[in-house]
Amino acid sequence: MSESTRSANPPNDFPEYGSSRLRAPRQPLRVLSGRLSELAAPLLAGETIGPLDHDLTRQNDAEPLGERITISGRVLDEHGNPLAGALVEVWQANASGRYAHLSDQHLAPLDPNFSGAGRCLTDAGGAYRFITIKPGAYPWRNHPNAWRPAHVHFSVFSPLFEQRLITQMYFPGDPLFVQDPVLNSVPEWARERLVARWSLELTEPEWSLGYAWDIVVAGREATPLDEDESE
Amino acid sequence: MRLPLTPSQTVGPFFRIGLSTTIGSHVAGEGMPGALRISGQVFDGAGEPVPDAMIETWQSEGAGRCATDEEGHYAIVTTKPERGAAADAPHLDVSVFARGLLTRLVTRLYFPDETEANDGDPVLRSLSPAERTTLVAVREAGGLKFDIHLQGERETVFFDR
Repeated sequence: MSESTRSANPPNDFPEYGSSRLRAPRQPLRVLSGRLSELAAPLLAGETIGPLDHDLTRQNDAEPLGERITISGRVLDEHGNPLAGALVEVWQANASGRYAHLSDQHLAPLDPNFSGAGRCLTDAGGAYRFITIKPGAYPWRNHPNAWRPAHVHFSVFSPLFEQRLITQMYFPGDPLFVQDPVLNSVPEWARERLVARWSLELTEPEWSLGYAWDIVVAGREATPLDEDESE
Repeated sequence: MRLPLTPSQTVGPFFRIGLSTTIGSHVAGEGMPGALRISGQVFDGAGEPVPDAMIETWQSEGAGRCATDEEGHYAIVTTKPERGAAADAPHLDVSVFARGLLTRLVTRLYFPDETEANDGDPVLRSLSPAERTTLVAVREAGGLKFDIHLQGERETVFFDR
């Protein structure tokens, strides 16, 4: 029996993450026997995505402060099929660890040249690519002296309801992992899947560091015909 | 062989900066024939409104997305989907994302004018009358109301997917 989506996902009932206490359902999830929705039409036309939407360093008058990075990878289903035309959206804190959001009260400077949001559609091979700056760590009030490790929020939107995913990507070797209940809500054996790999191939000489991170979402259940073909 | 699935993480409190209106709250244009306004509030286990949740509705005609406001309100304009091939009554698949939710919650919205189809729906039939009530929207002026209770006595029924 292969791994199910549920087993790699964190439980919603995870008291170490304080915000979950009044929000996680208390009743067990029911099994959904019926079919789930699939959008009949392609998700979006390419023209709704601006040419610079994937480049968070070129959305304002000047370049943002921080360590310039590229994050790139492929969106695949669990059978290894690339998802073409999937909408990938990212948002993140600036290099000082502050979001360009009114509710973020962390006393770190805002950067007028960093909005912290990007989007792109995956290409025919399922590939996405963002150019941004490395986000800073920031404090939060989950527990005494709590700090979120640097992370980038990712949202993947394809026509198939089962494939909908919102998650966070982390950077390799971050010492803050040990005290972060959000990352540690994921079963220990699956945590590394949220950590990008530093990539020499994606690192541009004298320009920017590169990180590789593939995203794997649920696949269609194989039909008997598919099973035959795979043998 | 299957590839290892990427685990979910919370959408966090600041998703508004990233989840643009590329996908918005109108699956159907307001005033279009069949356009239906679905609105409601999201509540936590203390009965307080959740001001930082995001609701998404899915049907073959399209997806709608709306963040809740300070009072936990959301509104999406769409149409009632066709009845599917299976025995299921017409419904919307609904995802709920929020700070505090490490994975999305999945539920269904059924329509109050589909009494007969709802009575034959295998998912609704598997629930107690009280649980069933949490999945059927109610009529209100200008459309339908569908409140979502994440926790508590009136907790909405959520599904594994």
